[in-house]
Amino acid sequence: MAQSPAHGSDHHDHHAAGHHDPQDLKLLGFWIFLVTDVIMFSTLFATFIVLRGGTDGGPTGADLLEINGIIISTFLLLTSSFTSGVAVLAMHQNKIKQMIIWLVITGLLGAGFLYLEVNEFLHLIHEGATLQTSAFWSSFFTLVGTHGVHVTVGLFWMISIIIQIVRRGLTDDTKGKVTVFSLYWHFLDAVWIFLLSIVYLMEVM
Amino acid sequence: MSKKRRSLVRAAFSAITLVMTMLLLSGCGNYMVLNPKGPIAAQQLDLIIITVILCAIIIVPVLVITFVIVWRYRATNKKADYKPEWAHSNLLETIWWGIPIVIVIVLAIVTVRYTHELEPSKAIASEKDEVTIQVVSLNWKWLFIYPEEGIATVNTITIPEDRPVRFELTADSPMNSFWIPELGGQIYAMSGMSMALHLQADEPGTYFGTAANFTGEHFENMTFDVNATSDAEYDQWIEKAKQSPETLTDESYEELSKPSEKEEPMLYSSVPDGIYERIVTKYMHDGAELHQHGSASADETNGSTSAEATNANSEEASSSHNGH
Amino acid sequence: MLEKIKEFASEFFVTGDPLIYGADVSIVLATLGIVFVLTYFKKWGWLWKDWLTTVDHKKIGIMYILAAIVMLFRGGVDAVMMRTQLAFPDLNFLEADHYNQIFTTHGVVMIFFMAMPFMFGLFNIVVPLQIGARDVAFPFLNSLSFWLFAAGAMLFNLSFVIGGSPDAGWLSYPPLSGTQFNPGVGQNFYIWGIQISGIGSLASGINFIVTILKMRAPGMTMMKMPMFTWSVFAASTTIIFAFPILTITMLLLFMDRFFGAHFFTLDGGGNPMMYINLIWMWGHPEVYIVVLPAFGVFSETVATFARKRLFGYASMVFAMVIISIISFFTWAHHFFTMGSGANVNAFFAVTTMIIAIPTGVKIFNWLFTMYKGRITFPTPMMWTIAFIPAFVVGGMTGVMLSVAPADFQFHNSYFLIAHFHQVLIGGVVFGYFAGLYYWWPKMFGFKLNEYLGKWAFWLWNIGFYICFMPQYLVGLDGMTRRISVFSDPDWQGLNIASTIGAYIMGLAFVFQVAQIVYSMFRKEMDTTGDIWDARTLEFSIASPAPEYNFAVIPQVHSRDEWWEEKERRARGEKPWDLGKIEPIHMPKNSAIGPIMGAFWFIAGFGLVFHWLWMAIPGFIGIFACMYARSFSAHKAEYYIPVEEVERTEAKLRGSV
Repeated sequence: MAQSPAHGSDHHDHHAAGHHDPQDLKLLGFWIFLVTDVIMFSTLFATFIVLRGGTDGGPTGADLLEINGIIISTFLLLTSSFTSGVAVLAMHQNKIKQMIIWLVITGLLGAGFLYLEVNEFLHLIHEGATLQTSAFWSSFFTLVGTHGVHVTVGLFWMISIIIQIVRRGLTDDTKGKVTVFSLYWHFLDAVWIFLLSIVYLMEVM
Repeated sequence: MSKKRRSLVRAAFSAITLVMTMLLLSGCGNYMVLNPKGPIAAQQLDLIIITVILCAIIIVPVLVITFVIVWRYRATNKKADYKPEWAHSNLLETIWWGIPIVIVIVLAIVTVRYTHELEPSKAIASEKDEVTIQVVSLNWKWLFIYPEEGIATVNTITIPEDRPVRFELTADSPMNSFWIPELGGQIYAMSGMSMALHLQADEPGTYFGTAANFTGEHFENMTFDVNATSDAEYDQWIEKAKQSPETLTDESYEELSKPSEKEEPMLYSSVPDGIYERIVTKYMHDGAELHQHGSASADETNGSTSAEATNANSEEASSSHNGH
Repeated sequence: MLEKIKEFASEFFVTGDPLIYGADVSIVLATLGIVFVLTYFKKWGWLWKDWLTTVDHKKIGIMYILAAIVMLFRGGVDAVMMRTQLAFPDLNFLEADHYNQIFTTHGVVMIFFMAMPFMFGLFNIVVPLQIGARDVAFPFLNSLSFWLFAAGAMLFNLSFVIGGSPDAGWLSYPPLSGTQFNPGVGQNFYIWGIQISGIGSLASGINFIVTILKMRAPGMTMMKMPMFTWSVFAASTTIIFAFPILTITMLLLFMDRFFGAHFFTLDGGGNPMMYINLIWMWGHPEVYIVVLPAFGVFSETVATFARKRLFGYASMVFAMVIISIISFFTWAHHFFTMGSGANVNAFFAVTTMIIAIPTGVKIFNWLFTMYKGRITFPTPMMWTIAFIPAFVVGGMTGVMLSVAPADFQFHNSYFLIAHFHQVLIGGVVFGYFAGLYYWWPKMFGFKLNEYLGKWAFWLWNIGFYICFMPQYLVGLDGMTRRISVFSDPDWQGLNIASTIGAYIMGLAFVFQVAQIVYSMFRKEMDTTGDIWDARTLEFSIASPAPEYNFAVIPQVHSRDEWWEEKERRARGEKPWDLGKIEPIHMPKNSAIGPIMGAFWFIAGFGLVFHWLWMAIPGFIGIFACMYARSFSAHKAEYYIPVEEVERTEAKLRGSV
């Protein structure tokens, strides 16, 4: 294929010898990155599970965690995952405007999720549960916080992608970015499901 | 191979051989691990010898074959065969997958058996009474408490020969490891938990004891003598300890536990009740219970050890330390 | 005011030891010297354009290896100082705290800042050439990985003169490494030095997996890949599973130290044993990460210098895959003495022994590659042959250590020290040296002097055995690791022998440096590009390789494609039909890599000293760089026109 002399140099964008489709490489690279992120979260989950008993006589999860706020957060994040999927669909139909609107909605939902999370943390700190309180709370804040940082990074990333699309339109390159971003966003959703069940439901129930 | 190069090789080989021989002659037979003075160390030595023999079944032929092949198939030896395309043989590959597998299976069986046999928390079978010594790693010295006799020592222990000794270990310092090579293998001493190690000296003598896991600046000074004596001398020693002007109290312990560069051996004529338990639970708040890791009650049987170990993974085992 | 500055300076700079003042002076002089030379010869622009901002895998590889050699020197000096202190009983050459810092930095430097960059250097130089690619999958990310490594390494080494070195051992177990017992900044340098370079390693792991999966020349199926590439694939896969654990472990230790969290503290319900488990869940795979590529190197050299196909290719691949998988299930053998119970110990003992099986198989396959071969003995092959006995004996002591109840007698003693030095030096260092000598002509276009190389080889080997064989014995005699002074006269003879061995290895290193310098001035040029009459694709192109590597990517038919091609040519058959040259698509240099590395350094340094005013701008800089890259990436490529490729090729081939 690569050696075939039939391909003229005007096609070298896709077929030049030794040149591989960059979107293809990026997508695979990103999948592997997600594998590493899965391992990171697994390590944090393992730490949380090992240390969940280490409340050191202080407040426990059941004492302070409130499930109601979490249900709203979950709803926001799950919906944002759905809207990011819709954005990708719009992208495949080359509907730039629709796609951007859906991305903005995704971002707003994500921001809402973060707002609730920050509020929850402030509430917990007010109730006397901080990073320094005990091993349980250290691992709680680190695990949930790491997910929160991922969501924050995702938001900034999305803003950069929207700006680039507005400037350059939909090219192979910007399309690739949206695809990868949406993959990331779904991944955060999946992690949240585990957080919800292992951290919140199992603690409170 | 040129003459010059060959003489270089020969010189190198003879230098290595010479050094090795010197090393081996320089005191073979005096190495502590190879000269056990107690049943645990003796069994561990047996196991080491079994391992070496099993490994040698492969290692020795490999070393010989390496030499022979490299020598015979050197490019300058035109008499040797040359088969550049020959790169696969089911028979040969089956052999060298097979033999190591068989050896590892044998070794694995031996190891599993010995692992249960030599589980450090398992009491040594003996008609005589066990002596209990509680060991605390401090920065940078060892505190030994004899709860039954109500005495304590720093950096020295005396034990009766031919009687099993149960060491209960903890740390009021970073994690340490307690090792008396001539009597048997080591075990970690960790804060917030109590470990158990059973050893026994078969003959009287002074044995070398040491800290084996780095705990900070003057870790090198954490060595101690283990004096194994007859029962009568042991009783005399207890009496002598009881005459010591020093007493261990909660206050003097507080002072002792502060970091100090080097401590000379010392005897305490009395110890406060339950001080060891207080050290173990020092960092625990109300509600948390004492965790006995890798140990349990004095009359422990093999069964209860494996019951604990069925936690299957050491992380889970360690998590129970938090007593939830 | 002056008093305050003085007080700050005496806290900030490491003071009090004449050895350190000496080192300070030499660091300042060396820096001034480099600055002077660069300015005098007007080389700043060259340095920046040709090297620092490069995304060319070959140049990045060279920078990695240069850094690795410098770090080998630093770690080696540490080693020699330790051995000097332990030459005689009750010696007072180094104070206890200084000794503790030195064994800590020796371990950290050798693993993280010597073995890892040496390994990535070889990955970078060889893999794209070996699989017929023009670069790695993500050239910019590759540059970034290097600069993260560089930032981490500089940060860690800075602790030598600023703030004080870490002193809790190379894996820094808490609670010893927690603020309770270790309030200084040394441990913070440890965390951030490792964290920053570790992120770089993770990115490299991803990069090489994608490169190998996606960028092989047409016709090169997975089972036709050269064995070194396979070893890179196995090691990279292990990296992506192991390094995230390290990242999190360092993060948690940082949380403990910086925010007062309670992951590994004694109070507050923390669990130090958790750290020990986590760090070894990374640490054990790590030793296989560094040794697998060495296995790969041996597979290449042994086939080339025996002039014979690699024996049992499929077995070799299978063995490597098995090793990388099982390496994740053996971590607890590093702490059999933790009292996890007989069943846990038995499980980990058996998994550890199982690893010996595929490793043994590889040894047999190498031996039977030489069997009925035509063996020549240039330096790369000598290192390969020396590896076999060293690793076999080291492997045997490894099996001895794996027997849990016997390990109670070996653990933390010099027996253990001797074992892991024997496998790490005999396996990893010998392997990387073999690789360096083997691919050096490909990197620079000239060969390293064989005569000096053989001197270095023999000194290394003799020193190695004299140094470590006595350590087995002194370990059996109860000498534990990490003691700064010994008093027992029985240990005297063995220790002095060991020290002499260490000095001989130091001398061997001097010979290697002399060899490199000498060869640079008296070049034996590699005019054919195939100086060893080798077998794989990297030797089918000129030395050093042009920036685009292959003017035309060859079509691969067999495992030893270049060897087969030479055979075909010798038989007078039609050579490769390479097709015509087309414009070559290349990535542009990027300054973002080094700049982002600098911001990481600033952020890390700020966090080490708890200076948020410094750390926060550092992190903002990192994000700004990411934005800058995201906005400019699509413009960061260009084409080399056909005429230029033809001109270069003609020049390299010496004909028009």
